[in-house]
Amino acid sequence: MEATTHVQHGHAAHADTHHHEQSFWSKYIFSTDHKVIGIQYGISGMLFLLFGYGLMAMMRWSMANPGVPVPLVGPLLLSILGPDAAPGGAISADLYNAFGAMHGTIMVFLGIVPLAFAAFGNYVVPLQIGAVDMAFPRVNMASFHCFFLGGVVMFASFFIPGGAARSGWTSYSPLATLAHPETVNGQTFWLIGMILLITSSLLGAVNFIATIIQLRAPGMTWMRLPFFVWAQFVTAFLLLLAFPPLEAAGVMQLMDNLFGTSFFLPSGLVVAGTPANVSGGGSPLLWQHLFWFLGHPEVYVLILPAMGIVAEIIANNTRKPLYGYKSLVYSVLAIGFLSFIVWAHHMYVTGMGQKISTFFQTTTMIISIPSVIILTCFFISLWGGSIRFNTPMLFVLAFLPMFGIGGLTGLPLGFNFADLHLHDTYYVIAHFHYVVAPGTIFALFAGIYYWYPKITGRHMNEFWGKVHFWLSLLFMNMVFQPMFKQGMEGMIRRMYDGGAGYSLAKNPEISTAISDASMHWNKGIMHAAWALGIAQIPFIINFFVSMRKGKKVENDNPWGSSTLEWQTPTPPPHGNFNKPIEVFGMPYAYSVPGASADFTPQNQSPAGSKH
Amino acid sequence: MEIPYTVKARPDTGLYNAKIGIWLFLASEVMLFGALFSSYILLRVGADPLSWPQGLLNIPIGTFNTAVLITSSVTVVLGWSALKMGNFAAYRKYQAVTVLCAAAFLVIKCLIEYPEKFGHYEVWKADGTRMTGHIEGNPFFLTHKKLQEGKIESIKFQPDKKHYNDKPPADAKGGAAKPSPVEIKTADIKRLSAFTPAHGTFFGIYFTLTALHGLHVLGGGIVIAYLWGPGAKLWKTDPERYANRVEVSGLFWHFVDLVWIFLFPVFYLL
Repeated sequence: MEATTHVQHGHAAHADTHHHEQSFWSKYIFSTDHKVIGIQYGISGMLFLLFGYGLMAMMRWSMANPGVPVPLVGPLLLSILGPDAAPGGAISADLYNAFGAMHGTIMVFLGIVPLAFAAFGNYVVPLQIGAVDMAFPRVNMASFHCFFLGGVVMFASFFIPGGAARSGWTSYSPLATLAHPETVNGQTFWLIGMILLITSSLLGAVNFIATIIQLRAPGMTWMRLPFFVWAQFVTAFLLLLAFPPLEAAGVMQLMDNLFGTSFFLPSGLVVAGTPANVSGGGSPLLWQHLFWFLGHPEVYVLILPAMGIVAEIIANNTRKPLYGYKSLVYSVLAIGFLSFIVWAHHMYVTGMGQKISTFFQTTTMIISIPSVIILTCFFISLWGGSIRFNTPMLFVLAFLPMFGIGGLTGLPLGFNFADLHLHDTYYVIAHFHYVVAPGTIFALFAGIYYWYPKITGRHMNEFWGKVHFWLSLLFMNMVFQPMFKQGMEGMIRRMYDGGAGYSLAKNPEISTAISDASMHWNKGIMHAAWALGIAQIPFIINFFVSMRKGKKVENDNPWGSSTLEWQTPTPPPHGNFNKPIEVFGMPYAYSVPGASADFTPQNQSPAGSKH
Repeated sequence: MEIPYTVKARPDTGLYNAKIGIWLFLASEVMLFGALFSSYILLRVGADPLSWPQGLLNIPIGTFNTAVLITSSVTVVLGWSALKMGNFAAYRKYQAVTVLCAAAFLVIKCLIEYPEKFGHYEVWKADGTRMTGHIEGNPFFLTHKKLQEGKIESIKFQPDKKHYNDKPPADAKGGAAKPSPVEIKTADIKRLSAFTPAHGTFFGIYFTLTALHGLHVLGGGIVIAYLWGPGAKLWKTDPERYANRVEVSGLFWHFVDLVWIFLFPVFYLL
């Protein structure tokens, strides 16, 4: 015993002599530690989420009160963006389009993906598989720097002449080539920004897959991986293989915009009455195919990490193993494969042909099966559990029905006959926001509350966490639920005046024009959206105050979890584990009969094997 | 802290980390080039067959460049296997050939093939006829708009012997006749374009794909040259790790060659 202590002490002293005080730059900016990179991604992702929300808040104001100066930020818009973009502090149609395009881009590529995949993945995956770091730490750093540069380019595009890209986050050609009179314009910035972000994703994806394949601790077999790791593994493959076609498309659109090619510009293109001076012969459909070849797997990039987080928190807070672990794993793999052959269900109204529509309709219905299996496993996991209703669990419990609404309302969009009516309406907006906003973002909140104690050594405040949860749940639904009604009535997307031009008030002779009630909901949604922003204030304050004032964790494993990320010091040091890790058991060994505690860590050797 | 399997293979996967990394990277590269090749197919299928340019690229030069890249593919393997057998001097020789081949390929592509196209024109006349050829003085990147802005009334045009959709006219002896130069008035021109990306979708995709491939040749060449030169210090301290690096760069190099093996027939021959 004495000898052991002595050795440990000697080791510590030895380590101390080699421990250099790192400078701020090498510790926080040029760090190769997966945990620091995870936090870098997390902070930037959250800032971009907030920024993307701000764009949306201004857009909702414009829809409810077209042409009226935006309160609070109106004068700022006028002084920064000028009277063309923001006349008198109101939002012009062009500015609305720019905000809309950038809201989508920022939320998806700079908000959710960095947070769900890069931040949580970077911080948690190496810990959960018992690795000392990612397989390629310097590549990991380069990945974050590419991402950051891409974010800067996107952000800067607001302030160049002509403003940011305004052809939708999907950047359909030929609009995206023709929308700006300037040669180098917001769309150019968008494309360069995207190429940087795609490079970042590529580097991240290679790293994640290599890490999960190569650096699993001894005994960590594939079927002992926590479901979160599986979800990140499949997500990484989606990013690896689905993003490059968009990179190719981005390069081609850049060629169209800067070098006069006609990849996506058809013959006979006439702009404002004059034939466009281009060779023609291109195909606008080609852009859509290449875009959605990424675009649909991207949906699963947004949702799979969220499902991974949900799985961890459900198992931990029901204190029982996940129901159907193998079904979950095979389902997530099936989703990964199928997500590559459903993309054209975004294109039913393009006239690509009924046979193709029918094929993609079929695959779309098939992919809903593994999604439903996953959700069903989660619901059944609750059965018979002794549930701890802490803040992360509340967000997870809300995720289940919210994602359910988002998923089920997607079915009518997957059938091409129903989609003809609903396409490009607010119904679509409501559908995918239910998947991503109260779905994925709730799971991300849950993840933040859940892993915060490991990262900081302190808990976030439970009371304010619950306030944040209940207000967010209420206002999320008040924002998105009315959009189903508006959409089914035929209110279309991307109207800076909220569809006033198509309203019954302005077109009394058209009986199918949008009703006064639906138009009135624009105001209701606007209020709910602003209230949703206010509801995030408790979270933001809680997040920062808890770093210094939060309740200290009583031990390294405050939630009593069986997975490996909790079997480390708090916060985990560079290199993560104090001693080499060996894995002996399943990830969710909760309430094992006969065990001393209600959880059995994966690295705890079975009692009998010592002798 | 030491990351495992950076040099030695993990027993159950049989791979060291970088090898799995490069294969994953190449998988994504396949998707990148695959998307561009698919775009080529879609654009060509959708194009008017008579207006799709054929036979406008220099096949002898393309063939030579193909041979250059295949040679480099052979030497990169020979170099690596020499290194694995501990023969550093032979590795240096073989890999020098690889780097020279990469440089030769780029020089031929960027200094001979591309400029040849920038001074080669197609003119669409207002009467519906069109022809390919060279303009007197051999200017680059001339367009109809530049003619109008420069107030140039006419150009002297030397038509090609063969246009891409007709047979060359025969002279008295049965050989291909050289057409005589013609004077074309700017007012009679509907469109004038050198064989640049803006000429049409064929040259658009040709330049996009070959330039992207060229960047890959450049990148691969730089990495191989670095390992050959300053990076070779590692051979003395950690030869196995150094050989791994060479192997990984070689895998990438083979991919770059393979892309060209597809590019050459698709653009030059079909």
